Amino acid sequence: MTQTRNNIAFVRTADAPLLPAPRNMTGVVGWMRENLFPTPLNALASVLIGGFLIWQIWGVIDWALVRGVFFGEDREACITPPREGVQPGACWAFIGAKFHQFIYGFYPFEERWRVDVLAVVFAGLLAALAVPRVPYKLYTGITFVFGLPILAEILLYGGTFGLAAVDTNKWGGLLLTMVVAVSGIVLSLPLGVLLALGRRSEMPIVRYFCIAFIEIWRGVPLITVLFMASIMLPLFLPQGMNTDKMLRIIIGVALFSSAYMAETVRGGLQAIPKGQYEAAKALGLGYWRMTLLIILPQALKIVIPGIVNTFISLFKDTTLVLVVGLFDFLGIIQAGAADQKWVSAETARSGYFVAALVYWAFCFSVSRYSIHMERRLATGHRR
Amino acid sequence: MTTVPGSQSRTSFWRHPTVRSVGVQLFMVIAVVWFVVFVTDNTINNMKARNLAPGFSFLNDTAGFDILQALIPYSRGSTYATAFVVGLLNTLLVAVLGIITATILGFLVGVMRLSRNWVIRSSATLYVEFVRNVPLLLQMFIWYKTVLKALPAPRDSLRYDDMFFLSNRGLMSPKPLFEPAALWTLAALTVGIIATFFITRWARKRQERTGEIFPAFLTSLGLIIALPIVVFSASGLPVRFEYPVLQGFNFVGGLAIIPEFMALYLALSIYTAAFISEIVRAGVLAVSHGQTEAAHALGLRHGPTLRLIIIPQAMRVIIPPLASQYLNLTKNSSLAVAIGYPDFVYTGGTILNQTGQAVTIVLIWMGVYLSLSLLTSSFMNWFNSRMKLVER
Amino acid sequence: MKLKLLSAVIGTALTMGVAGASAATLDDVKARGTLKCGVSQGLIGFSNPDEQNNWTGLDVDFCRAVAAAIFGDGKKVEFVPLDATQRFEALKSGEVDVLSRNTTWTMSRDTTGGMTFAGVTYYDGQGFMVKKSLGVDSALKLNGASVCTQTGTTTELNLADYFRANNMTYQVVAFQKNEEVLAAYNEGRCDVYTTDQSGLYAERLKLPDVENHVVLPEIISKEPLGPVVRQNDTQWFNLVRWTYYALLTAEELGVTQANSAEQLASSTNPEVARLLGKEGDFGKGLGVENDWVMKILAATGNYGEIFDRNVGEATKLGIKRGVNSLWKSGGLQYAPPIR
Repeated sequence: MTQTRNNIAFVRTADAPLLPAPRNMTGVVGWMRENLFPTPLNALASVLIGGFLIWQIWGVIDWALVRGVFFGEDREACITPPREGVQPGACWAFIGAKFHQFIYGFYPFEERWRVDVLAVVFAGLLAALAVPRVPYKLYTGITFVFGLPILAEILLYGGTFGLAAVDTNKWGGLLLTMVVAVSGIVLSLPLGVLLALGRRSEMPIVRYFCIAFIEIWRGVPLITVLFMASIMLPLFLPQGMNTDKMLRIIIGVALFSSAYMAETVRGGLQAIPKGQYEAAKALGLGYWRMTLLIILPQALKIVIPGIVNTFISLFKDTTLVLVVGLFDFLGIIQAGAADQKWVSAETARSGYFVAALVYWAFCFSVSRYSIHMERRLATGHRR
Repeated sequence: MTTVPGSQSRTSFWRHPTVRSVGVQLFMVIAVVWFVVFVTDNTINNMKARNLAPGFSFLNDTAGFDILQALIPYSRGSTYATAFVVGLLNTLLVAVLGIITATILGFLVGVMRLSRNWVIRSSATLYVEFVRNVPLLLQMFIWYKTVLKALPAPRDSLRYDDMFFLSNRGLMSPKPLFEPAALWTLAALTVGIIATFFITRWARKRQERTGEIFPAFLTSLGLIIALPIVVFSASGLPVRFEYPVLQGFNFVGGLAIIPEFMALYLALSIYTAAFISEIVRAGVLAVSHGQTEAAHALGLRHGPTLRLIIIPQAMRVIIPPLASQYLNLTKNSSLAVAIGYPDFVYTGGTILNQTGQAVTIVLIWMGVYLSLSLLTSSFMNWFNSRMKLVER
Repeated sequence: MKLKLLSAVIGTALTMGVAGASAATLDDVKARGTLKCGVSQGLIGFSNPDEQNNWTGLDVDFCRAVAAAIFGDGKKVEFVPLDATQRFEALKSGEVDVLSRNTTWTMSRDTTGGMTFAGVTYYDGQGFMVKKSLGVDSALKLNGASVCTQTGTTTELNLADYFRANNMTYQVVAFQKNEEVLAAYNEGRCDVYTTDQSGLYAERLKLPDVENHVVLPEIISKEPLGPVVRQNDTQWFNLVRWTYYALLTAEELGVTQANSAEQLASSTNPEVARLLGKEGDFGKGLGVENDWVMKILAATGNYGEIFDRNVGEATKLGIKRGVNSLWKSGGLQYAPPIR
């Protein structure tokens, strides 16, 4: 080795001095060169798209804030130009006037505290479930799945403990949206787990029944399911037996999303290594003990992000209930914008703007949470 | 019972797996049959109590109402069955056009999200994150009730050269009317497509045998596009245009695209494209970087690397979820009922109101959508298996 | 295949011949303590909720009258807003007890729809409304127009018949909900808005520029609007029907909300005595108290009062009594005698 080295004419023994990076590859200018203007075509695209975006965003700000109408008693405020030659923008006065209706629907004014109490309990339980550091997850979960519906029934529907009964056709707005979405998901989770287990069952009849059930619900649009729930379900029941319309819709939504839930859970079941099943069987556990104690806890943990995503699409899909005549958040905003006291082009636009903002904020934050959970859970499974 | 001790299984009869499995399944069959009988029985009773006859015979009755957009001849004198077909065709129209647009837009945005350019990348992200998280129905309302309704009345239409008019009644454009001589062009197109098929096959075989590359793409382009154009011009441009003319209340003649269709089509395409772009992005990212490096090492340039190495592999990841997005789009087109586009659910709803045949109509709805779903998914499975062959 | 299977099952079940029992609506209503009444989602003068969800209108007052007859209290009504698509199913499924939602009485609805009309609370006809700026003064000049209407209604069918009969072309733009139809008309999606003429006057008031819209003189159909009940429940049908007749009879005899107590005490007219329950057991026959008409009058007043209060000339709608006058004044409202 030393011999060959001797043949080399020059060997550097000290490090060469470090040169600074080329000026135009660092700092703001470098970043811009790299990311905005690498080639002329790219530069053109950057300028065009960037310009368009800025123009659009300014348009929204101008409409919502600069030209927005914040105070007023009726539509007059939103159609009279505030200054000479200025078109009035967003009609916030309308949103303000109808705000309570958007949240509670036609829920009686003096009973609205019940909704508020439930909302606080719901938020508290949800936070305790969602934040990983809070202990007693199992108990919170059980309270959430079993306790909350009972509390919701007592508080919202009333009729017991001296609370006045509030019929469901008075429910509306965000309240109704949340009730449909949350009860839909709470009902569809156990059903979905059963269907997923059934689809992987070794008993052919059970398996084919579950496959048929899942594929039928997944193959039809939600709107036909809702029509079925609102029109056909009463025909299915014995005469004289009557169910509440909202309840029927919730059943329809739950059946529909249970099929999707089943497919999500099935993904989790498939991800469990065969060794887990074999180990459980070797320990002498029967099917249900194996499933409940070994398989499901692992499988459900893996599919938490999937469940959250199913919830997001269910939440967005609740808007469809307005087609069958329930006044959900979007439905009540639409109805409000058609009120003769407020009707104008800007009223509708502001209503839809608020609706879009609320749905977006909700779905976006939940999906961020789902991605966060996915990352958190993924680390546990890396080998 | 007097068998040799030890040969007998220690598990009791009721705990025997086969017995249990048969028992559970028997129970399930009984439960399902009981449920079906219970439901049918109630339905029959309820329908009897309401004087409704179950069955499909009402489909041959006269509909009596008109439909805003019909692709086949339809009038108030047509039957309910025809009305259903009109609705189904309208659904298929918006679904097919929506799928095409959503695919193009979705691939574009998906590639944009992988761009090195910050503005392109983040504007694509902005689009995806906004569109995905707002309910489709709301987007449809926004298109229909704020964007399209803000267009001027027919008399003040935005116009382009007396051919295209855009108003709150929709987009009017010239309608091509083909003369019989146009059949030659159709024949040329058919010949071009068949020839392309054989030429590409021959070219691939020759390339595998000899390694020589035949410009199959350019040749096919010539055969499919240039040949029909030449024939079309040679046969004396056998086409006339019917121009839309403002007459009384509305435009008469020409091809009208109604705003309900536009709103549904735009909302569906834009919404689904956001999901497709995510699928495309995931598909491209799923192809390991080593593939690109290996291709470069083999001396392939950027274009061929993408075309021959990356895309075929990415497609295998992309196609299955893409199929389910196509299904979603088709099913979501039923939201048309909320904005008054006469799709399958909308016309069914009208018939339901005129006849009261709730059970039959809901069954027809579900049956048709189910068949559409099964058709699409079996087509996509077939396509998927073809793409798999590319693997080797 | 699936459909075939199901129809086979349906057929089997049919041959099994299971008979359904008819439910007694009146007992259900009494047990529940409120009357569930299906109304429109907002039609000024007929059924319209205000900000606090207090309902007013002719259809609403009819529901109150029925509730008053049963409970003696016109407030014991729960109003269920329904769109045109859901209304009949809501009634048939028992979601509402009576449908008082400007619904047209037709033969097929009586015979095949599983329901029965209990009377005609308002004689109406289908009309057209257009923007004044179009300069149209007759429905016969509407050739080529876009027409907005509600889907699943008789209006939709009459419209098709009318344009066909007069050899005119048109473009129908139909929506599920009334408010969507009006919004589409207001925003210029169509030139013409068509529904029952009373509805036109009512909906016109919801437009931001009322004075720019005009209702055309033509009436193209007969639209007798009235309350609907489920078929095969005669007791309930009678109660609803005779509530309507009692409202008419009270007007005919000059018994009003204000003077009913005085009439009961001092009137010597045997017809008034029978109406107000002083003579005979007419209320018992319906399954309610004998002073049922007193309760109705206390809650809503007679038919004339209901009409004047909600749609009459003194209201914003300003509709003349016209064919809705009593038979004595040359109208069509006529009640069989109570005896």
